Amino acid sequence: MSLALDRATSAAAPATSPATLQPFRTAAGGLIDRSQPLPFTFDGHAYTGVAGDTLASALLANGVRLVGRSFKYHRPRGILSAGSEEPNALVELRTGARREPNTRATVAELYEGLETASQNRWPSLRYDALSINALAAPVFAAGFYYKTFMWPASFWEKLYEPLIRRAAGLGRAAEAPDPDHYDRMHAHCDVLVIGGGPAGLAAALAAGRAGARVILVDEEATPGGRLLAERRTIGALAGTTWAGDAIGELRAMPDVRILSRTTLFGVYDHGQYGAIERVSDHVAVPEEHAPRQRYWRIAAKRAILAAGAIERPHVFGGNDRPGVMLAGAVRAYINKYGVLPGREFAVFTTSDDGWRTVADAVAAGARVVAVIDSRFEVRAGLTQAAVAAGARIMLGAQVIDTAGRPELAAITVMSDAGRTETIRCDCLAMANGWNPIVHLDSHLSRKPVWDARISAFVPGGLPGGMTAVGAAKGQFLLSDCLDGGARAGAAAAADCGFAAVSPPPYTTDPESDAHEPLWRARAGRGKAFVDFQNDVAATDIELAHREGFRAVEHLKRYTTLGMATDQGKTSNMAGLGIMAELTGQPLPQVGTTVFRPPFTPVAIGALAGHHRGQDFRATRHTPSHGWAEANGAVFVTSGQWLRAAYFPQTGETDWLETVRREVSTVRSAVGICDVSTFGKIDIQGRDAIKLIDKVCANAFASLPVGKARYAIVLREDGFVMDDGTVTRLGDTHFVMTASTANAARVMQHLEYAHQWLYPHLDVQMTSVSEQWAQFAIAGPHARDTLRRIIDPAVDISNEAFPFLAAAAITVGGGIAARLFRISFSGELAYELAVPAGYGDAAWRAILNAGASYGITPYGTEALSVMRIEKGHVATAEINGQTTARDLGLGGMMAKKKDFIGRLMKERPALIEPERPIVVGVRPVDPNDRIRAGSHFIGVDVTPGPEADEGYLTSVAFSPVLGQWIGIGLLKNGAQRHGERVRAYDPVRNGDVVVEICAPCFVDPKEEKLRV
Amino acid sequence: MRIDCPCCGLRDNGEFTYLGDASPARPDGMDASPAAMLDYVYRRDNPAGPHRELWYHGAGCRSWLVVTRDTRTHDIAEVAFARDAARARDAEKAVP
Ligand SMILES: [Zn+2]
Repeated sequence: MSLALDRATSAAAPATSPATLQPFRTAAGGLIDRSQPLPFTFDGHAYTGVAGDTLASALLANGVRLVGRSFKYHRPRGILSAGSEEPNALVELRTGARREPNTRATVAELYEGLETASQNRWPSLRYDALSINALAAPVFAAGFYYKTFMWPASFWEKLYEPLIRRAAGLGRAAEAPDPDHYDRMHAHCDVLVIGGGPAGLAAALAAGRAGARVILVDEEATPGGRLLAERRTIGALAGTTWAGDAIGELRAMPDVRILSRTTLFGVYDHGQYGAIERVSDHVAVPEEHAPRQRYWRIAAKRAILAAGAIERPHVFGGNDRPGVMLAGAVRAYINKYGVLPGREFAVFTTSDDGWRTVADAVAAGARVVAVIDSRFEVRAGLTQAAVAAGARIMLGAQVIDTAGRPELAAITVMSDAGRTETIRCDCLAMANGWNPIVHLDSHLSRKPVWDARISAFVPGGLPGGMTAVGAAKGQFLLSDCLDGGARAGAAAAADCGFAAVSPPPYTTDPESDAHEPLWRARAGRGKAFVDFQNDVAATDIELAHREGFRAVEHLKRYTTLGMATDQGKTSNMAGLGIMAELTGQPLPQVGTTVFRPPFTPVAIGALAGHHRGQDFRATRHTPSHGWAEANGAVFVTSGQWLRAAYFPQTGETDWLETVRREVSTVRSAVGICDVSTFGKIDIQGRDAIKLIDKVCANAFASLPVGKARYAIVLREDGFVMDDGTVTRLGDTHFVMTASTANAARVMQHLEYAHQWLYPHLDVQMTSVSEQWAQFAIAGPHARDTLRRIIDPAVDISNEAFPFLAAAAITVGGGIAARLFRISFSGELAYELAVPAGYGDAAWRAILNAGASYGITPYGTEALSVMRIEKGHVATAEINGQTTARDLGLGGMMAKKKDFIGRLMKERPALIEPERPIVVGVRPVDPNDRIRAGSHFIGVDVTPGPEADEGYLTSVAFSPVLGQWIGIGLLKNGAQRHGERVRAYDPVRNGDVVVEICAPCFVDPKEEKLRV
Repeated sequence: MRIDCPCCGLRDNGEFTYLGDASPARPDGMDASPAAMLDYVYRRDNPAGPHRELWYHGAGCRSWLVVTRDTRTHDIAEVAFARDAARARDAEKAVP
């Protein structure tokens, strides 16, 4: 590992020919491998970079400095930074299904064959027709959305919106489905170190050496942070060597995990963190089985925030011209990537570290023409390198303008006395102090606090268990980063119970961090940008101030300052600084906005991981699934379940034909349906009946052993939650069923009633839904079929086992089973439950037993047809908005006991006569088809919301009646049987006259189910 | 968030279901008035500060829990079995 980081080694390597094709590549130096050329394209032009490049460094090496057009004014833009804070250099990567828009060129690692393109330009990057926007700049000033597009309203749809959409879109999303997959991981550790710069490495070393489980998260391909971008020494070692050694030592520790190419994007409550690992973004196609990205959820006892700092640009006329860059980025391109971003440099600084740029540029063979420092005095010795390089040193001066077409060719400098002069240069390095990355600290709503020493915000109330170190805390000296990191690492390990020792203080080369911020330079001719990505200029801040939008949250929304995808990483401070000058307030009083996750954009696909398409949630199979699949069943999803909807036979051409056959066979012979998906709750205990009586709205105290009863469960607000059955298997033993959809909810409700409302009751319960397979056997031959599989001792004659009887029995020679004589179809019917492991065998045995009667398996469609024929309500009617009275079940409500929902169901609005109530519906013309969702309208009434009288909840084609029938909810429906209304369905051109009837179409006297 | 379930230990909040304020007491029995029930079902305070609330550990031990959480900071001061809290509540009510 340390080899790859040894700059001395790579500098000694001979420059190979591919490097010479890159005019701005240095002959030696940098953490790149010049022997590995990587061809790539940008806007169709072929270029070559080298291993270790980012797209940004490779473009600069090739002299490409214009890489994009700005959002609002389509101004030419270049590369500002060398990291994830980049606001300008947003590009499209790859093509086809892997095309990815709005990617920062500064973090995109180069690989062989990478195809890239600029965005937001037409017809070409160099000649952009929409750059006319820049001439119309006054129109696009702050608040332009609010002012310009106010009136008239109809213009929005036709003119403004399409125009804005065309003009404002940055990248283009891929149009084909993402071919890659994404993964999700959970990790736990003692100490999480966020950021692998000097402070983070020192912290991880101290914690790791103490034996703590450490996770170190770093954005880049190789940790090291600023050590890789600067020429520093630690002890006797070069900074890069020290970093390489540290990484090597950490990798050798068994309980330390380094996650590189990983961005920690969110801090959540109670020590939880979210991170994205870019596993395969640096290769063309992920390796087999490797994900494109991996989403990490990390739980840590302690966290050390070593996320570093972001350098601040200067605000002056034409500061967005390609070639104007952050000074720290210029040093990174020179030292880390072996690229000179220009030939003739100028430096505009207000801080000591800006002067480092001079020596680095000179060492790499560039010329430094001028150093402009707005301070009148600087520390002796700071100017030494500039003097040696023959650069002009201009103290008390400011850069106020730039020129070039469009890349930088000259700057205008104004002296303190107000004299201006033009200086030729093709790269301007800006150094205006650094902002500690306070984003992560503020994810839990903590406000950062002002640190006057560095003129920046630092983490305020750090979230529980988190400590900031190094530049993230506002400590910009390398020695402070190392010592502070080591102390924090040792302390965090000690907090987790490990004996840790702080290492002796680190020694570094001489350094200083004096700084005087300059929120904006004196006015020049050109536009001075504050927020590069959203095109917010200093004049926009002035406008907002004039128009009264001075509070920080107003300023942000009025100007869109800091609201782009970079969340104002390079712009917020200048905006606040200018507003502070305008209002005459101290800056901290202007305040700062709240930062929210994610720190950098996160792909939704990465959060979803494998939970997409069919794998969005787990799939549950019924016990008869294998048989059903082998026999051509068509399935339907019901929550997590896959249930057989119908079983087509050879020759059947549509589902309706199949369903008609299944229903007719059940009604004339016998059928079998898998109803295992219903919830089954086993309830036992001395007070079990008391709990059931509280939870169910109908009476249960009188339920004898060996009997099942229909059960209605209400919510406390009086609406129906679910229906099912309760069976008393023994004196203190019950089994309750719930619908497939509500099974988990009913279980939760029962637990709630028991644990919270009635904690004194002696009762225990558990879900046995998955333990029992349950089949409905229905039809005139149901008993004959059943007799062939149950053990001979069990008497299921009508006399011994009448309607609603229930018993524990045995089947197939001693296998424990439960038999319930209940019916959803209205036929003579049973439900047989067997242990789930016997489900498949029992299903096959019943089909065999019923073969001579012509048994048919039937699915949820036939089940639904038969329940509509019988007028039984189901999920379509028990929809959370209906009471028992609405469902025609009001008469079942117990009068003499208290139960959940008892009082609230009697609220005046819920019992008023006009309330829709369940009715049956059949078209007057038996050839008419009706559809669920149609609304009831009077026959001669003009349709409209005020004429609405209810709607059709369920429809079916009834094989018994030979026509479509339905169930619906109709105003005052119980009193309107025989009346005619329209079933009106404008969406599907439905308008059918129907007759209202009792909601039961087959065997209303219920003779069939009692035979 | 993570909740320290007294049965299962520190667990991810994805395992839990939130219900709401634990302070309203259900007006039980046949004598309860509709007005009292209406208050119980619908009226809730929205305090900025400590809040006793009911959570259900559905993907764990199936315990209902009373969690004391500060609504401003999400700091959790206490987690108790709802059943124990309910018994204490009922015992207090029984005292004349
Ligand atoms: Zn638990």
